[in-house]
Amino acid sequence: MKKLNKTTKNNLVTYAIVIVAYLVVMLLGVSGHISSLMEGLLVPLCIYVILAVSLNLVVGILGELSLGHAGFMCVGAFAGSFFSMCTKEAMPAGLRFFLALVIGAVVAALFGILIGIPVLRLKGDYLAIVTLAFGEIIKNLMNVLYIGRDEAGFHFSMKDTLSLGLSPEGKAIINGPQGITGTPHDASFTIGILLILLTLFIVLNLIHSRDGRAIMAIRDNRIAAESIGIHVTRYKLMAFTLSASIAGVAGVLYGHNLSTLTALPKNFGYNMSIMILVFVVLGGIGNIRGSVISAVVLTLLPELLRGLSDYRMLIYAIVLIAMMLFNWSPRAVEFRERYSLKRLFGMWRNPEKQADR
Amino acid sequence: MSLLSYLINGISLGSVYAIIALGYTMVYGIAKMLNFAHGDVIMVGGYVVFVLASGMGLPPVLAVMISMVVCTVLGMAIERVAYKPLRMAASPLAVLITAIGVSYLLQNLALLLFGANTKSFTSVVTVPAVSLAEGQLMISGETIVTIAACIVIMVTLTLFIKKTKAGQAMLAVSEDKGAAQLMGINVNGTIALTFAIGSALAAVAGVLLCSTYPSLTPYTGAMPGIKAFVAAVFGGIGSIPGAMIGGILLGIIEILGKAYISSQMADAIVFAVLIVVLLVKPTGILGKEIQEKV
Amino acid sequence: MALLDVQNLCISFGGLRAVDDFEIHIEKGQLYGLIGPNGAGKTTVFNLLTGVYKPGEGIIRLDGQDITGKKTIEINKAGIARTFQNIRLFKGMSVLDNVKAGLHNHYKYSSLAGIFRLPSWRKMEREMDERAMELLEVFDLGGEADYLASNLPYGKQRKLEIARALATEPKLLLLDEPAAGMNPNETKELMDTIRLIRDQFDMTILLIEHDMKLVSGICEALSVLNFGRILAQGETGTVLNDPQVITAYLGE
Repeated sequence: MKKLNKTTKNNLVTYAIVIVAYLVVMLLGVSGHISSLMEGLLVPLCIYVILAVSLNLVVGILGELSLGHAGFMCVGAFAGSFFSMCTKEAMPAGLRFFLALVIGAVVAALFGILIGIPVLRLKGDYLAIVTLAFGEIIKNLMNVLYIGRDEAGFHFSMKDTLSLGLSPEGKAIINGPQGITGTPHDASFTIGILLILLTLFIVLNLIHSRDGRAIMAIRDNRIAAESIGIHVTRYKLMAFTLSASIAGVAGVLYGHNLSTLTALPKNFGYNMSIMILVFVVLGGIGNIRGSVISAVVLTLLPELLRGLSDYRMLIYAIVLIAMMLFNWSPRAVEFRERYSLKRLFGMWRNPEKQADR
Repeated sequence: MSLLSYLINGISLGSVYAIIALGYTMVYGIAKMLNFAHGDVIMVGGYVVFVLASGMGLPPVLAVMISMVVCTVLGMAIERVAYKPLRMAASPLAVLITAIGVSYLLQNLALLLFGANTKSFTSVVTVPAVSLAEGQLMISGETIVTIAACIVIMVTLTLFIKKTKAGQAMLAVSEDKGAAQLMGINVNGTIALTFAIGSALAAVAGVLLCSTYPSLTPYTGAMPGIKAFVAAVFGGIGSIPGAMIGGILLGIIEILGKAYISSQMADAIVFAVLIVVLLVKPTGILGKEIQEKV
Repeated sequence: MALLDVQNLCISFGGLRAVDDFEIHIEKGQLYGLIGPNGAGKTTVFNLLTGVYKPGEGIIRLDGQDITGKKTIEINKAGIARTFQNIRLFKGMSVLDNVKAGLHNHYKYSSLAGIFRLPSWRKMEREMDERAMELLEVFDLGGEADYLASNLPYGKQRKLEIARALATEPKLLLLDEPAAGMNPNETKELMDTIRLIRDQFDMTILLIEHDMKLVSGICEALSVLNFGRILAQGETGTVLNDPQVITAYLGE
């Protein structure tokens, strides 16, 4: 049972990093060392970490490239905010937000299944472009969606607010390009951290279970996985749906952190999906802890460079390219291995690289 | 008549997509990478012409030629610095992310140099508009030039690949890099040449795009880039006639979707058609199905 | 009744009959060889038997059950497991996890039990670990259980693939060139292992092999395939002395 202990220990380190980071931020906050700008970044940080971990489930563990992750976040955000708007007066904030998270997760999971069934038949770059297409369609649809409510119930339109045909007492909840306004501000850093821990718990435990092994077997060799009786479509869909559902949760958090929720290219377009992919690849494909760290570092980097004003995004781009070259180019990898600290300090007692999962 | 004029506009926009998609598809075929920065090279091409023609008053033809040279050099430089070191990387995602980095870099460079506000681009086309059917149908000079340019490029490129040694080398490298190398083909040179051609085409596309839709921002290239990528996949990525067909179909669908269904939903319609095509034919219209050998 | 009973099996690829009128009858516990020159269609037969290709004609029966045209997964559940000519391991997973993946359909617990680490997860994982270690020990791989599969030397990768196939508890084991790339010592060791599998697991084995020493050393019966058709079939000694077979291998 030595091995179980090793993976458990590894997981515990990941949880510990998150908890320590939380405590440090809280301490700094109490002693007044956090600028209001930083404070505003705390919840987005949690959102990005959750998104990165969930995308890593698809990209790193299942081994499929998805460029539509922001679409699931979008669905979750709108579903959650819509629910909160409808039940604003009806229930206490805590319960309402909990239910909103559940609803966001479920709706995003449904979209995950709906999109996953056709999409997962495709391979490689074709899969990537189709997920990108679905993400863009979702964003576009949100911009023409109008839902209102009056005494008679819900009204629905794809044209404008007027064609909802609301009575004078009625109110439009989802307003096409104007989105949802007035979502209660239920998100907080503490809730964000709890959701990160929950995400990590689910994803890490999944990886070390029978289902996780099946998913990774499909990633490593689909034909061999089939030959030992693993149901490829089922497990692909499971990973994809779970990932979508977690992205939905991140979306709910996002929606409840802003007073106005709109679907823009900036927040739910392919650019967002790509940004999350950057976190995943830079943190290490399949490395969950790496996703957490790189999401935090890459989100903070532009902020830390704020002093450089106009040059910060330029520097961000250069740093990104440089880090990719340093991490991935075979020549750089060889260089690092030759001069790595581990090697210099006598790790040669263990020449065979061991599976470290 | 309006349907006809929409169709012509669609073919014109589609021709631009096709020219961009040709660059995408050639680079994909040979380097097996999605060059996300390709769209931003279009934007660079647009800015170069803007500066030279509108700013310095050079004749448009000269400006376009200089722009092609600049983009060619830029494309080759990007390949050499950012992509070549990662050609043998453990994961194909590495070079994809680097391409995204290059895309950010070009956008932000343009942002620094030219600012975020929209520049109004003066059309470089001097061909007069043609009026048909007693003035009921107007075809603008830009449309004529765009469609003509697309046809010329298509024919030239096909001849180049079929008839020249360099073109044959490209085919060989896209089929099997290792075997091509053993046959004495300069693989690195061939890949660089592919990037050069693709980037020169991007410059042309940039000029044509900005002449038809005369507004230029650092993000001008991003969406057409993605659309052209969709067009390339649509037609079967790696296939040159496929990129052509994909581009033109995409342009027509987009313009007709805008005209008859909803202008807000035009992009969604384009993407929906892509999804349907790929679900029916998973490798695109002209793509080859490659079976994994067991 | 034969464990594997195949009749009139055919498949064409674009007009070419890759396998034509193939038949085979393997008794339970038999060690059976499928030989033939390169390109004769041996691996295609394996692909037909395991549902990678759908046969154009013919019937495949395993233990009396008709499995013709079924999917790979169903055929594995019915009791056929295989290895591959070009090794197909789960390279990013540990040696132990490769075998545990093979146990997938025999030790089940719900997804929720896995995520929330319920007692059924703990119990089943422990049993899987024990069973997988037992299998690894048979192949002398116990010491490498924690290694990444891709870090094993070539010969051990072949063994691991067999262990993984055995983990699915098949009735019939198909080995596609198990000795390919092995030196004479490794091949000899492999022969012992194959005999051991047959005796210890009461297994029926059909193997493709080019190494004649291995074939004549362990196979009790042979089928010879040439240009997709059966050239000769029967007891090993008789088949190997058949003049037609000798011609096919050595030429006129």
